[in-house]
Amino acid sequence: MNMMSEAAVEKALDKKMNDISYKMIGKDVSVYYGDKRALYDVNLNVRENTVTALIGPSGCGKSTFLRTLNRMNDTIDGCRVTGRITLDTDDIYDPAIDVVELRARVGMVFQKPNPFPKSIYENVAYGPRIHGLAKSKADLDAIVERSLQKAGLWNEVKDRLQEGGTGLSGGQQQRLCIARAVAVSPEVILMDEPCSALDPIATAKVEELIHELRANFTIVIVTHSMQQAARVSQRTAMFHLGNLVEENDTDKMFTNPDDQRTQDYIMGRFG
Amino acid sequence: MSISLLLLIVAVIGVVGYLIGSWRANALAGGKLSSLHSRPGYYGSFVAIWSMLPAIAILLVWIIASPIYIGSAVRGGFPDEVKAEPQATQNLNYNMIGAIARGFKLLSAEERDALFKDGTAAREVLGSKGVPLAADPAPYMLTAADDLNRMTTASSTFLSILVVIAALAGGAFAYRAIAPKFRARNRVEGVMLVGLIVASSIAILTTVGIVASMATEAISFFNMVPAWEFFFGTTWDPRFAAAGATDSSGQFGLIPLLAGTLYIGFVAMLVAVPVGLFAAIYMSEYASRHVRSVAKPLLEVLAGIPTIVYGFFALVTVGPFLRDISAQLSGLVTGNYASFIQAQSVLTAGFVMGIMLIPYVSSLSDDIITAVPRALRDGSLGLGATRSETIKRVILPAALPGIVGALLMTASRAVGETMIVVLAAGVAARMQLNPFEPMTTVTVKIVNQLTGDLEFTSPQTLVAFALGITLFVITLCLNIYALYIVRKYREQYE
Repeated sequence: MNMMSEAAVEKALDKKMNDISYKMIGKDVSVYYGDKRALYDVNLNVRENTVTALIGPSGCGKSTFLRTLNRMNDTIDGCRVTGRITLDTDDIYDPAIDVVELRARVGMVFQKPNPFPKSIYENVAYGPRIHGLAKSKADLDAIVERSLQKAGLWNEVKDRLQEGGTGLSGGQQQRLCIARAVAVSPEVILMDEPCSALDPIATAKVEELIHELRANFTIVIVTHSMQQAARVSQRTAMFHLGNLVEENDTDKMFTNPDDQRTQDYIMGRFG
Repeated sequence: MSISLLLLIVAVIGVVGYLIGSWRANALAGGKLSSLHSRPGYYGSFVAIWSMLPAIAILLVWIIASPIYIGSAVRGGFPDEVKAEPQATQNLNYNMIGAIARGFKLLSAEERDALFKDGTAAREVLGSKGVPLAADPAPYMLTAADDLNRMTTASSTFLSILVVIAALAGGAFAYRAIAPKFRARNRVEGVMLVGLIVASSIAILTTVGIVASMATEAISFFNMVPAWEFFFGTTWDPRFAAAGATDSSGQFGLIPLLAGTLYIGFVAMLVAVPVGLFAAIYMSEYASRHVRSVAKPLLEVLAGIPTIVYGFFALVTVGPFLRDISAQLSGLVTGNYASFIQAQSVLTAGFVMGIMLIPYVSSLSDDIITAVPRALRDGSLGLGATRSETIKRVILPAALPGIVGALLMTASRAVGETMIVVLAAGVAARMQLNPFEPMTTVTVKIVNQLTGDLEFTSPQTLVAFALGITLFVITLCLNIYALYIVRKYREQYE
């Protein structure tokens, strides 16, 4: 029964994907760190309720592109972004846009689990508190519980919400960070190699989670693992030396890529 | 042979030993350095160490031991009636013999012989050579001085020979030990290790020595003045006890000094903590790299200013300024231009000390705030928090234990600070709460009690040591507690 409904959801999502609605549109995006150019006129569109994987060898600019999507590059000294990126219809680099609001709409999960040195509850409640999403304590409790459930962590931590978030295992910490991001109810979640610091079992859990989150969120994930990209994503973009080499359906990308460089990278000939 | 020449010779032997040792190792290797256990330099160092260290050790022991031995030998030759005299007189006589012996070295042989025939002229003749004597020497002193000279010369000669032989023998021993399988590197490293341990034990032993010397003086103070009267007395008035009063109770009260110290320290922290902390937050979180590279060294220049200069600043600028502005203020309000802030006051001293402490607070806190992992900042910013929300809710809570530790360390500096309060706080030991009036501190009183013409057996002087050790214990406790907190904080990440 459950299986059936999941398959139904899957089908519905795939149908929606065929309609193609773009959540974020990047046009001629270039990034400079001081004098060094890190991205060359990247044109990449992110589809709604889709997992888009960014792959490519180290230093190819995939993380840089990811961080332009919620302007996390702003925190780096000497970083400059040109081009145009829109979220729905808003230009996110428009000076009129509030970067704080943007980051509430485009959440981020980092490479290394980085829970705050606070209790599990406070970690999840952090975002809702600063954005004033909860009107009462009960409201906040509900948001925390819902977010932890979405992150698949509720059953493991419901009895110790007041204990430190840093005391959890690595995999649990990363799911806590995902819960923290989900709690703000973002529209897009960016994930920067979320599993690179985790063991295979924790990785499997996080991948499963990404799969489920797709129903409610648009996800962009940077990964070094080709298998992971193939497992979790529907669209894949391949970066090389700051250029977007190819963007395609994941299935096609891993069976019959258009570009020779993608073929080489996937076959392990470089990178 | 003089000691410095001897040291030079040993050094030369060491250098030659190094060269010979390395050459020998090279020769043994026969062009194949890999057949040696260590690089040739280590063999050379090994020879140099063996030729220098034992020789220098002998030299040191001899320099310490030989005057003691010679002294007792010369005293043993004193006539019996002199031996019967008190020890202090004998010491004086021995010193005089030393002076005569120095004088003899300046005389020609004939002049000296003449002195032996007629001892009465000795004082005059030696005086003309620039060696003054306190009295006419007794005849036995001349012979003793001659003995002293002879023994010293003999000792010096013997020492020279012994040291050179030790250097050569040590070098030869080490040279013979050189073989391809010989682990010269490990030996040399061992010697380095011992040297490092000696250096650190000297630092630690010095601290122990300082505490011990303070403690002995403080104990003799507490023999004269009961400890509870010192620690709980509320009157500080040591001068009247010096008038020969047998009853000095309640006049060495620590409380008013401690109150002044803590009050001024409190005012200083009131200035330093907010300013320093905000400066640190700006430097670590907001300032661009450009601003930071200019502003941070500028701020730290404050820490390099000698505290006496801050004292001038307080005395000449801040004190009079506060006094004048308070006169203007009261004039505006009441029409009576009388200043209510005195030039020397708790406020003046505390304010200037606070300025002095700003760089300590800011640079210690800056380090601690910067040590908060970047991942935490990103995590918070990535959730849509503003910078100040990130600082308030994530960074400061994470850094708080470390910052508290830094503040405690700063507080211990405030308690121990001397020159600013000597110049700016006043000397009146009073207990009161008005920050515009002068108060005094423990350090000011230590300076007061130790300057001037006081004998080192009176409680007036010895109280300085009791104060000193009290201060030491307070700052030590603060520092240990601060270190404890900082260390606990370090365990939080990783």
